[in-house]
Amino acid sequence: MPLPQSALTPAGPQAARVLELGTLFFWMCLAVLLAITLATLWVLWRAPKGDERTPAPGALPDEAGRRRAVCVALGLSIAGLLVLIAASVFTDRALARLPLRSALHIELTGHQWWWEARYDDAAPSRVFTTANELHIPVGRPVIVTLQGTDVIHSLWLPGLVGKKDLIPGRTATLTLQADRAGTYRGQCAEFCGLQHAWMALEVVAVDPAAFDAWAQSQRQPAAEPSEPQRVRGRQVFMGSTCAMCHAIEGTDAAGRQAPPLTHVGSQRTLAAGRLPNTPEHMASWITNPQAHKPGVNMPAHAFSREDLQALVAYLQGLK
Amino acid sequence: MSTQAPVLNDVPPTPRQVAQLHATWSDPPGPWGWLSAVNHKAIGRRFLVTAFGFFLAGGLLALWMRTQLARAENGLVGPDLYNQLFTMHGTTMMFLFAVPVMQAVSVYITPLMLGARSIAFPRMNAFAYWVYLFGGLMLFAAFLTNTGADAGWFAYPPLSGPDYSPGKRVDFWAQMITFTELSALLEAVILITTVFKLRAPGMTLNRLPLFVWGMLVTAFMVMFAMPAVMLASTSLITDRLVGTHFFNPGEGGDVLLWQHLFWFFGHPEVYLIFIPGLGFVSTIVATFARRPVFGYPAMVLALIATAFLAFGLWVHHMFATNLPELGKSFFTASSMLIAVPTAIQIFCWLATLAGGRVNLKAPLLFVLAFFFILVLGGLTGLMLASVPLDLQVHDSYFVVAHLHYVLLGGAVFPLLGAVLYWWPLITGRMTSERLGRWSFWLLFIGFNVTFFPMHLLGLEGMPRRVYTYPADRGWEGMNLLATVGAWVLAAGLLVFLFNLWRSWRRGERAGANPWGAGTLEWGSTCPPPAANFDATPVVHGAYPLWTPPREPSQVAGLAVDQREQLVTTVLDAVPDHRVSFPEPTPWPFLSALAVTLCFVWSLFTPWGAVYGLIPAAIGLTLWFWPRRRETAKHLAIERAPR
Repeated sequence: MPLPQSALTPAGPQAARVLELGTLFFWMCLAVLLAITLATLWVLWRAPKGDERTPAPGALPDEAGRRRAVCVALGLSIAGLLVLIAASVFTDRALARLPLRSALHIELTGHQWWWEARYDDAAPSRVFTTANELHIPVGRPVIVTLQGTDVIHSLWLPGLVGKKDLIPGRTATLTLQADRAGTYRGQCAEFCGLQHAWMALEVVAVDPAAFDAWAQSQRQPAAEPSEPQRVRGRQVFMGSTCAMCHAIEGTDAAGRQAPPLTHVGSQRTLAAGRLPNTPEHMASWITNPQAHKPGVNMPAHAFSREDLQALVAYLQGLK
Repeated sequence: MSTQAPVLNDVPPTPRQVAQLHATWSDPPGPWGWLSAVNHKAIGRRFLVTAFGFFLAGGLLALWMRTQLARAENGLVGPDLYNQLFTMHGTTMMFLFAVPVMQAVSVYITPLMLGARSIAFPRMNAFAYWVYLFGGLMLFAAFLTNTGADAGWFAYPPLSGPDYSPGKRVDFWAQMITFTELSALLEAVILITTVFKLRAPGMTLNRLPLFVWGMLVTAFMVMFAMPAVMLASTSLITDRLVGTHFFNPGEGGDVLLWQHLFWFFGHPEVYLIFIPGLGFVSTIVATFARRPVFGYPAMVLALIATAFLAFGLWVHHMFATNLPELGKSFFTASSMLIAVPTAIQIFCWLATLAGGRVNLKAPLLFVLAFFFILVLGGLTGLMLASVPLDLQVHDSYFVVAHLHYVLLGGAVFPLLGAVLYWWPLITGRMTSERLGRWSFWLLFIGFNVTFFPMHLLGLEGMPRRVYTYPADRGWEGMNLLATVGAWVLAAGLLVFLFNLWRSWRRGERAGANPWGAGTLEWGSTCPPPAANFDATPVVHGAYPLWTPPREPSQVAGLAVDQREQLVTTVLDAVPDHRVSFPEPTPWPFLSALAVTLCFVWSLFTPWGAVYGLIPAAIGLTLWFWPRRRETAKHLAIERAPR
């Protein structure tokens, strides 16, 4: 079952409100389109026919009827536009009034081409960072603070809320809420370079208890491996270039250029939604990332078969 | 300083005077003469052919993209090439086709519609053409050598800045703006002067054809909109080449500054393309409804209102940024209200058709497509004007659908109708009505099959500017449909071009005024001779050819042995004075080459902008250097005021 990514199937109050507004616009616009199309066809069908030799009228006939028709049509158009403007402004106000008490705060940063999510907390020790997946509790509002570091990106979760840009040098906020449990897909909506197409984000909405449990697990540092293969995998990771860009909490790896891998084994996908998170795909990604995301900043790695298997086993074990 | 007395024309002019007049205004023969041409019809034809050449190139890029997107995770085109393809497609269509082609039509048609012998500043007109051609060729030369711009036609920094787009790609893009800007601004000056000062006597402003009103409004918009993008692109170039920080937030610059400047130009640009389209519709509807357009004052005011409002809605391209919400509501209202002047015009055209005798020929069919396609695009535009709705569909395929409905429905379909309509005036031959209808239906169906599904794709979450999409999204079917539509659209365009080619080779000869039109461009032969009219006509109505003949019908006493043009007053077109027009010269061509050298050189070193100016200055100096023979001729017809 593919993840929902449609503005037509809202799962939260913000997207639902917008869909209501969209429905009003749709019917009014359809009525206007039909009216003008039918009027055009009617005029063509009814008007007398002429050709190049038809002389132009010396004096125009009485046009009072047509003048009245044009004025009435214009009046109706203006009235319709005013209705739409009012509906739009009221919806805008309603969207801005989502109750935000007990809101969850997430700081989302866009990178070429992945998402970094920092879950805020009053206690600094309870802050944690994940990548490319947002977990949120159902029914609780979320305030997402949006930041850019390199180029402009845009967060768009069609099933939950409209988009907002992540602009370097500026900070924006977005509020959203999921009313139904489920996983919702979104993609970067502002052209951001070579891998704009594969910069996806998944939002996992779960009930509050499950969310708290998940958050608690994310706050833990990475588990130390005990099996020999995973221990070797850890050595491979620390001894190669991996640790220069990626961070694994509880180890010496503290790079900030690339997604943190502290709990990478628990994620659904790899490389911002590019690949499902299986050992085979992870191995393939490590050996040749350019085959999956041409232009991505991660270099290819030529590990021996054993080293690669050990590395994948270690990373997959980071639940 | 004794020269023989000038030969002046009588009314009606004698055959000898007519022959001498047209010989005087002819461009010289031979390849050198071709490069020296300044006749507005020759330059207009080249402009049109060049603009359509870029249109075809941009269309091929689009087909390439559509073929890549026909299947999910297709490997035909990688991200690097795809980003160049969509950037080049947008840039070509907006900067090298849509704006110039309208000016091209105008360069050919406007002087004829006004009863003038020439366009104002004919040498500058030639220079503007060459600069545009060289700028376009430079951009495509860069693309063919894998240096195609790849930051989008909107080139948002920081992505287009020195850190994230190293290399020369974006530099070529930004410099292309300089070329087309220069050309567009010159054309705006030329058109405004032509419309205000070179009208035939009697063509008061309230008799000005609606097409000319449209071009006049467009020219004023160019003068106000284009400097914004020139400022933006020049700042971008200096950020990239000499290390300024206009758009670098790390050093106190602001990336949103670019967006404001770009869209302050970019939104009016849509109307620079759309308003000439409205002019085509008004012209063709009048001719094929066999009557004047209903509500002339309302039509003119609607054009002017559109131009004013067009400058007050650029922020609707920036609703997803963190600008204040209250400000965004203002732009919602202004964006929606621009529908009012367009609605006025649509209702007036319907009233015109309802009160006329309809001659349903191919040019009118293309215009009638406007009533469905543009209206649909305008209505989705209302959705985009609403902040909450826009935030769901902004930067998605919904916008791709919307903008193509607006631009093709509002400008390209009327333009193709206008090409069929004015083709006899350009070539002297008729096109095939049957092929015209075939091409129309293929284009109309192909267009809707291509772009309608994109609305749904956008609502289902597909963002723009992606080189591929995942197979599990359920987007594949509609993308395939859109690709099939694109090929049908291409087939329709081929039939359209075949129709033109066939007509050019062996089309039926057009008599004078083959459509029975009322405006003055049809008042001469098809195609018109070098000086357009045997004698400058005098105008007695808004549709001079539908107005019963009255005296005086023509102007007597203008020189036929040199390039003399009557200048009239701005409001009432009362004869004011006479002016001598310049002769053909290769200097506009050579100066354009020198300017091109300067612009391209400065991409590689800032000193290019210094030393490159020397040849340009030499070219311009020689261009304006007074020639003894010409001065003597001009002096010979001068008369001291009594």
